[in-house]
Amino acid sequence: MSADPTLERIAQGNGLALCAAGSWTARFAPVLEKMVADAEKLRGSRPNIFIDVSQVSKLDTFGAWLIERLRRSLTDGGIEAKIAGLSANYSSLVDEVRRVKAEPVVQTRSVTITGMLEQIGRSVAGIGGTLVGLIEMLGAVLAAAGHVLIRPRGFRLTSTVHHLEQVCWRAVPIVVLITFLIGCIIAQQGIFHFRQFGADIFVVDMLGVLVLREIGVLLVAIMVAGRSGSAYTAELGSMKMREEIDALRTMGFDPIEVLILPRMLALVMALPILAFLGAMAALYGGGLVAYLYGGVEPEAFLLRLRDAISINHFIVGLIKAPVMAAVIGIVACVEGLAVQGSAESLGQHTTSSVVKGIFLVIVMDGVFAIFFASIGM
Amino acid sequence: MVGEISDAIIRVRDITVQFGKTRILDGLNLDVKRGEILGFVGPSGAGKSVLTRTIIGLVPKVAGRIEVFGVDLDKASTTERRGVERRWGVLFQQGALFSSLTVRQNIQFPVREYLNLSQRLLDEVMVAKLGMVGLKPEVADRFPSELSGGMVKRVALARALALDPELVFLDEPTSGLDPIGAGDFDELVRTLQRTLGLTVFMVTHDLDSLYTACDRIAVLGNGKIIAAGSIADMQASQHPWLQQYFHGKRARAVMG
Repeated sequence: MSADPTLERIAQGNGLALCAAGSWTARFAPVLEKMVADAEKLRGSRPNIFIDVSQVSKLDTFGAWLIERLRRSLTDGGIEAKIAGLSANYSSLVDEVRRVKAEPVVQTRSVTITGMLEQIGRSVAGIGGTLVGLIEMLGAVLAAAGHVLIRPRGFRLTSTVHHLEQVCWRAVPIVVLITFLIGCIIAQQGIFHFRQFGADIFVVDMLGVLVLREIGVLLVAIMVAGRSGSAYTAELGSMKMREEIDALRTMGFDPIEVLILPRMLALVMALPILAFLGAMAALYGGGLVAYLYGGVEPEAFLLRLRDAISINHFIVGLIKAPVMAAVIGIVACVEGLAVQGSAESLGQHTTSSVVKGIFLVIVMDGVFAIFFASIGM
Repeated sequence: MVGEISDAIIRVRDITVQFGKTRILDGLNLDVKRGEILGFVGPSGAGKSVLTRTIIGLVPKVAGRIEVFGVDLDKASTTERRGVERRWGVLFQQGALFSSLTVRQNIQFPVREYLNLSQRLLDEVMVAKLGMVGLKPEVADRFPSELSGGMVKRVALARALALDPELVFLDEPTSGLDPIGAGDFDELVRTLQRTLGLTVFMVTHDLDSLYTACDRIAVLGNGKIIAAGSIADMQASQHPWLQQYFHGKRARAVMG
């Protein structure tokens, strides 16, 4: 149904006819472009050149544009090039492309060393902006919380409970499973290495302190940042994209109070609960491995655990949990509200929500370690 | 619909579409002639978009047969289907531009996938397409989020036309445009149909579009086509919904 396109040169007196034939369509565009480029070299060679398109069987925008391109470059050579034999079907298409401006705008996005350095500089300067953004959000959330305290009817209980279900109740299985496995691994490694000194039983000390003080809460916080922080950012981000947040604002609602406060509260309540459950699961896993692999009887394990750890370890762990939750929540909400119009931006901010959340959680953990060490807890 | 149209570009036979227990389309028949602009109207929620999406294969049907360009879409192999999809363009109600690509990349995307063209030709044809839908080349490097509603529709149309399709589906192309913008858009569809020899399947609520742009009108109701024909046929129809639609307050305003 479609014949290969051709562009024949026929001399006519001192003029030249370029006879286009066949189907000048997108399918043949690479061939066509080459033919047109060859024919363009004829510019100025004859006083009179015209393009005869009467034999063209099929023409689309691509073909029409290439004919137009040929016409223009032949005309530029100081001689008038004409298109002849245009069928009525195609004349309006050719007229349409004739109106196209000569030079298409060129994409200018070159990669230079200065450009890259500038990018780095901007990112570094951006860190300060991020910190300010986080503090702003913290302030806004606290202000909203204060507002709700004065006027408790503004508190969104249903929303808070809904989010609590999402970030706490539904997270229990995965959190318990992972912390259980981590407890098992810590105990197995401890026993394996302590056995060389005949100090098997000290695995209980290690497990107890590590799980209750550090690993339990840190691991759970990282999981929550990955699981719920990202969800918050994606939810708020897509609401931002569809102008839902603007809609709330115009109705006289404060998005912080309606959307962010319930999420923050849910997260601040969820993380201590999850950290506690996680610590229990890790201790159980460690105890199980100590019994099965190290031959430590459960009674001996519990007795040793009671000696090894004090309530302080447990308190240190749980004090950190809500603070970490607040950090994760604030980062997630700031990132969510920073989403711009595109899907790509949503992805970038979700990624950076998780990355920043985890980073800040670990930094917080370090700060807490120094603090508790100095006050002797 | 009565009678077979010999050169139908779309042939829909006894289509039934069901969501759960609700039957949206019930044994619907429709032919679209080559080269015409078919306006497709019906009450909100009657299933106009569902029919469009069924024809282009986004909604599964329970029963029936759909032929586009003479190819039965159920029996077609993947390659055949691709071939058909290359020959149609779709303008979605919200534009559905890829938000992470610029206007230039959006328009060039289908071309780049299907054809092996030089960057220069891609850019030049992109500018030509932008010109056809009445946009300046300067918008080429903007992102969809930086465009106005009308521009989004135009760019989406340019993308739908990127591969020089023979058939375009327009889902409420003028909704959300101001009357002047909508009028321009109708004019644009008319012009493109003439220049490119398009067949247009247009779902619309816009009475102006029906009067100025469409060659033929089909009306959907109760899961079937209740009437099809010229605007004069529609006005003469005794069907109560059509009576209200074409003789209501807004229709009188349009007819002046």
